[in-house]
Amino acid sequence: MEQLTTIGLNHYLTISAFLLGFGLFAVMTRKNAIVVLMGVELILNAANINFLAFSKYNGGMEGVMFALFIIVIAAAEAAIALAIVINIFKLYKSVDVSSIDSMKE
Amino acid sequence: MFELPSGAEIQGIIASLKASVGFFIPEIYLSVLFMLLIVIDLVAKGRKNNLLSITTLLGLAGSTVFIYQQHALPAGELFFGMYVLDEFALFFKYFFVLSAILAVVVTMADEQFDREVKSMGEYYALIVAMVIGMIMMASSADLLMIFLSMELVSFTGYLLAGYFKRNPRSSEAALKYLVYGAVSSGLMVYGFSLIYGITAQTNIIKISLELAAHGSDSLVMILATLLVLAGFGYKIGAVPFHFWSPDVYEGSPTPVTAYLSVASKAAGFALLMRFFYVAIPHGALPPEDKLGMDWLSLLMIFSVASMIYGNVVALWQKNVKRLLAYSSIAHAGYLLLGILVMDQFGTQATLFYLLSYFIMNFGAFYVVILISNKTGSENLDDYRGLGKKMPLAGAALTVFLISLVGLPPTVGFIGKLMIFSALLTKGSLYIWIALVGIMTSVISLYYYMLIPLNMYLRESKQPDEKVMNPGMAPQIILAILMILTLYFGLFFTPLSDFAKYSSAMFGITLH
Repeated sequence: MEQLTTIGLNHYLTISAFLLGFGLFAVMTRKNAIVVLMGVELILNAANINFLAFSKYNGGMEGVMFALFIIVIAAAEAAIALAIVINIFKLYKSVDVSSIDSMKE
Repeated sequence: MFELPSGAEIQGIIASLKASVGFFIPEIYLSVLFMLLIVIDLVAKGRKNNLLSITTLLGLAGSTVFIYQQHALPAGELFFGMYVLDEFALFFKYFFVLSAILAVVVTMADEQFDREVKSMGEYYALIVAMVIGMIMMASSADLLMIFLSMELVSFTGYLLAGYFKRNPRSSEAALKYLVYGAVSSGLMVYGFSLIYGITAQTNIIKISLELAAHGSDSLVMILATLLVLAGFGYKIGAVPFHFWSPDVYEGSPTPVTAYLSVASKAAGFALLMRFFYVAIPHGALPPEDKLGMDWLSLLMIFSVASMIYGNVVALWQKNVKRLLAYSSIAHAGYLLLGILVMDQFGTQATLFYLLSYFIMNFGAFYVVILISNKTGSENLDDYRGLGKKMPLAGAALTVFLISLVGLPPTVGFIGKLMIFSALLTKGSLYIWIALVGIMTSVISLYYYMLIPLNMYLRESKQPDEKVMNPGMAPQIILAILMILTLYFGLFFTPLSDFAKYSSAMFGITLH
């Protein structure tokens, strides 16, 4: 019973595993490029939660630093990704990943 | 929770940072070059001239001086174990700077840039930024640094792939590169978080010590291994993380394709080798060492799958750029073979193969650009009869393709020979893998030789015997590359000595 009432490392890891699963699910099933990128953000945030939880229980600061850098990188990635997606929308009038497929043999 | 450092500690940290900066000069120089290029672009806005490209060429050439000076410095860790300087890193510094120089040269010859974009703007700055990222990839010794440098390379790669922003195919290439890249780097960083959870370390040498001392839960570690390999495999373009590469290689501007297929792939290999050799503990008796064996067997599967898939699917390709994309998947498989050997000879063979791949692949893409300048097409059918119209380009392309197959007397033959002989020194299981490599090389002979077949033996559809002249400077550069391919195929000692010298890696745990 005590396992359930006090929040321990496993709780964080479970949440992060769920987030990773949701992110992967979004990436694999959704056709809209924006939703795919949202899935990627979920994956990155799953890693963030892991790093912060491990950092707390391992007692070092490396995990916190890593999480900070992941947040920054995720923001930069979103900027570049949206620029590319907007350009795609201008050219194709669609952001559907599966319909943008002109090069298959 | 955490105590603030005292004044003396802060003084010590500053002193250590100052000492590390002296080992970081090429990177600083290239960063300055990057910013200088942006400023020049702002000042000379709208004007189409060679100012930017010449500055980039001179700047990159200048950086080799600073890299050369680093040979005198002792190998070791910098910036509190974030970064290392060793012979292995120096090799890749030269490699990336040279490939950026060739990428600029190839870009200057490509007339598609004149049609598609109004100004070269930030193109050269992005090329330089990618060099910085790749150099850091080859030198990073910390999970955080690996992640940051890899993202720097990926981001610039997305932008370069989509540089023709009015061109639907180039934009599509950028989107595909982006989606696969973002997912695989997200998975990789999740894998890093698991490794950090197991070992409480982010420095790869300390991770290795920790794993060797305390072991790890095998289920978690195999999951982390798979996730990390998703990130590395994406960069090297090996099966099963190859899905992006045919579309990206076909859609991107051709110089960018050449640059990605050589430099970005080499950066992935540098990272994979350093991580696999240093972070994963390899005991004195390899079969006893479970973790190293997990990695080894996974890489073995990837390598065999890449060689078979890349070479077989290439048989059906009608577009030369797409054909070279599948061939680059296959070459990732051959390069992985060299890593599997796990000794100094294997590392030397891999580095030599990277050098040979650098010469022959850039050469092949250069000819593809020169031909598409004149015919406006990259389709195999449009190569008919070009051997008579463009004699030098046809001959050069034939030499590069023979080298890609791995036939003597070219540098590609020596590369394959070194990799296979390194494999065969290791015993029974490796003989079968080497056989797969040799058989797939034979398959590759068919599709590579389709191109010279079309150029020389088939008549073109429009029978006009006008000779096409690609211009003086491109022909000289092409001739140099062709001669280098043949020269190093006969006198390969300097290259292989350099590769041997460069196989020294800091903190390596191989036996």
